[in-house]
Amino acid sequence: MVPVPKLAVKLQSAIGFLDNDLSLWRTQRVTKKSIQSIKMGLMAISLFALVACSSTSDTEEGAMDGEASSNSSSSNNGSARTNPGSTSGQLTQEEIRAQNALRQTVFYFGFDIAEFNSADRETLSFHARDLAANSSKRIRLEGHGDERGTREYNLALGERRANSVLNYLIVNGASRSQIEVVSYGEEQPAQAGQSDNAYSRNRRVEIVSR
Amino acid sequence: MCSLFLLPFTAKAELSIQITQGSDNPIPIAVVPFSWQGNGVLSEDISQIVMNDLEQVGEFSPLSRSNMISIPSEEREVFYSDWRILAQDYLLVGKIDRAEGSQLVQVQYEFFDINREIKLAGEVLTGSVSQLRDIAHEISNVVFEQVTGIRGAFTSEILYVVAEYMNPERTNFRLEKADYDGQRAQILLESVEPIMSPSWSPTGRDVAYVSFETELPRIYIQNIATGDRRQITNYPNLNSSPEWSPDGTKLAMVLSKDGSPDIYVQDLTTNQLIRVTDHPLIDTEPSWTADSRSIVFMSERTGQPQIYQIELGASSFNVERLTYDCFQCLNAKFLPDGVNLVHVRRETRQDPNYKIAVLNIETLRVITLTSTSLDESPSIAPNGSMIMYATKFNGRGVLDAVSIDGAVRFRLPSTQGDVREPAWSPFLN
Repeated sequence: MVPVPKLAVKLQSAIGFLDNDLSLWRTQRVTKKSIQSIKMGLMAISLFALVACSSTSDTEEGAMDGEASSNSSSSNNGSARTNPGSTSGQLTQEEIRAQNALRQTVFYFGFDIAEFNSADRETLSFHARDLAANSSKRIRLEGHGDERGTREYNLALGERRANSVLNYLIVNGASRSQIEVVSYGEEQPAQAGQSDNAYSRNRRVEIVSR
Repeated sequence: MCSLFLLPFTAKAELSIQITQGSDNPIPIAVVPFSWQGNGVLSEDISQIVMNDLEQVGEFSPLSRSNMISIPSEEREVFYSDWRILAQDYLLVGKIDRAEGSQLVQVQYEFFDINREIKLAGEVLTGSVSQLRDIAHEISNVVFEQVTGIRGAFTSEILYVVAEYMNPERTNFRLEKADYDGQRAQILLESVEPIMSPSWSPTGRDVAYVSFETELPRIYIQNIATGDRRQITNYPNLNSSPEWSPDGTKLAMVLSKDGSPDIYVQDLTTNQLIRVTDHPLIDTEPSWTADSRSIVFMSERTGQPQIYQIELGASSFNVERLTYDCFQCLNAKFLPDGVNLVHVRRETRQDPNYKIAVLNIETLRVITLTSTSLDESPSIAPNGSMIMYATKFNGRGVLDAVSIDGAVRFRLPSTQGDVREPAWSPFLN
């Protein structure tokens, strides 16, 4: 169906927070993910949409069609949601924020610091709510460090970083059984080299869908 | 998911030694080219290997071949005055023959004290042509011990990990074994997931390491000669830092199954697991004291990483702190003397450099052995004379070695990948 790529592009520009230095393959992956998160967002917020999606053989396109038609709709009230013909309503500010949040899957940490940045709290809350709303969803939290300090210490530190995210997700509604934690220490840098920039990109926790 | 190979092949890139700092007052020694009576050209130059061995460890200054005024290959050809004129203290001569009626070679060497005009050692070693390097290292051991009184470690080997970046999706990790000088490297394990923390068994027959091949860090033991391996841990969360006890009966390790990383000891015969430390902050990097009764480890229980010691069977509160005067002290292990503690050191919060240092726990004197900024994973030669460690050179991981007094250092550069986590073997013969 036509709306699929169109919508992805639209959403990207609407959301507009893609890192400048994302390489092509990552952009492509993000595009695909954004489609998934639209679907999930719709599934999570609209009971009717949930029914519609699960009853459609091609759920992705079904969601896209619903989304496309909702763009022409001017309101997002209760009656629209219960109307089988128009599926879900227009995305609310909250829903857009949720989708933005779910697309952020890498969280950066300070040097020698094991607690996640307080600025990431809201984003992680959306991840927690998403897990709570989708009990079959499984993720892996992969903790990483920069190369300064010993390898074993960084392995332990990476686990503490992942655990700081884990604990926050659980407190905010995720189930422990949905989340696997693993630390790679300094073994899998996101960026090679000894620059501060590389180091700051390497101190991170990644949320990886299972 | 992941591919994993056990390979008997020789690794592609051989490491070759580069001496980066020599001793101030080395002992002059003449190593005369060994004569060869057989046909063809030998694949190895025994006397050159001996010269390299002796020069690398720093106590010796081998005489250049071009300055020699005679080329004796056995005792009756030796004139002490020739070597006294050249201000040499010691002389090594030898000859190599094809062994009668076999493919083996016989290497005869003789070692002399020029000042006292006596023969100190001499024997005939027999082996195949492929064992010429081993024979050369044996001779180096004899020379080293005759002069210094310390057992030579030239026949020892090293384990290390190589990480070779292939593309953004893939890094190849290899566990390799080589002679102490990086020659004759062999791949023991290859994986697209990280390999970490190789540790020798005290017999030198097995290696314990961490592999992420199941996408989780788990501890494995592998027989070096046969390649047979088994996974020995599968606890939840972190399983890392295996370290064989000197008596060979136990494996210290780090597990976070009970919340945070703590030190545990697994009995290798009964598989019984004993918890050694119990603290909500990070405890890691266990190493053993020589009597296999205590464990030295790093803990951040006081806020930053410092070194502690605990006796097995003691209460987890009965911990002795060993380091105080550094911002971070990590990855510590005792030299064979049980008094000097080799460790990784970051002096102050403002100074983000990590260096290799030695702390004497009786005098509290600290000697910093390295001046680069990302030094880690110190491993001690079995005779305690040198420390091999991982550092960076031109942005790449390389292995350096430094003598215990900091006077001499050499580098084992590689042509491919990041080389890291050296583990120096125990005495193998």
